[in-house]
Amino acid sequence: MLRLWRGAVFTACFALLNGPSFATNPIETAPDFSRNDLAGHLVHLVDYRGKVVLLNFWASWCGPCREEMPGFSQWQHEYGAKGLQVIGVAMDDDAESAQKFLKQYPVSYPIVMGDAKLGESFGGVLGLPTSYLIDVRGRIVARYQGESNLKEMKAQIQALLSHMTH
Amino acid sequence: MKTYTHSIALALSLLAMFVSIGAFAATKSAASIPSIDLIQPPELASMLTNASTAKPLILQVGFRKLYDQAHIPGAEYAGPGSDADGLRILSQRVATLPKEAAIIIYCGCCPWSHCPNIAAAYDKLHALGFNHLKVLYIAHNFGSDWVDRGYPTVMGK
Repeated sequence: MLRLWRGAVFTACFALLNGPSFATNPIETAPDFSRNDLAGHLVHLVDYRGKVVLLNFWASWCGPCREEMPGFSQWQHEYGAKGLQVIGVAMDDDAESAQKFLKQYPVSYPIVMGDAKLGESFGGVLGLPTSYLIDVRGRIVARYQGESNLKEMKAQIQALLSHMTH
Repeated sequence: MKTYTHSIALALSLLAMFVSIGAFAATKSAASIPSIDLIQPPELASMLTNASTAKPLILQVGFRKLYDQAHIPGAEYAGPGSDADGLRILSQRVATLPKEAAIIIYCGCCPWSHCPNIAAAYDKLHALGFNHLKVLYIAHNFGSDWVDRGYPTVMGK
């Protein structure tokens, strides 16, 4: 019941926004999760408190996702030392498809396998790509759905990172 | 000069990566589906809520993890149109149906022009001879264009 309510709140929050969308006010604390990435290392979201996290739901079959990922990889290189952590959540039906893609197009950040349960915990990931920007306190400050404006996303990340250092 | 050369090299390598990644799993575009065979979300939502309207068979031809989170009431999961296994599941599901059966397929995994499933599923059903086939037009994704608009939805499995 709580899960349904949370989902309803998320839906209501984003109902006014069509297509590629983002919310700019902290909505709620990002649901915690813990699972191994494709390299076998544990990724526990709460461990990234104190960092700005870009959580990107993607899949190898999703064209816009594939176009975004080199940019995210570049951001991880560029801003990792300043406090950014990109985490990818593959929504492929099987890990093999994600691994096959990543072998051809490696990224510089961890990738975990997602599932319906994880998507639901974030209010429903009902289309890809979907990304969440999470601040140093673990609050979701933006949600991007569909083909994102990477310039805008980057500016938001830079703004969050600048708050960390000043 | 050295920085300039490096910048050009970086730009070219990024361009090459974008082009090759775009080509990964290239599929037929949803734009190939004739507009006469499309049905818009409000029209389908109205059919679903109108008790006197005959209900078509609704098949989700996208990905399981999306269907499991939310789908149209009564919709059955019929496998992703982008792979051979998915098309086999779809073919098996309709194998015993008359060719004039009303069928609506949808995906909504990603923006319409990027959907890897819908055109292949449409082509398969068309090739099998179904002549009352409609495709739900989902411009952005199922979340934005259906769920967020308050149309009938089953959340969860």
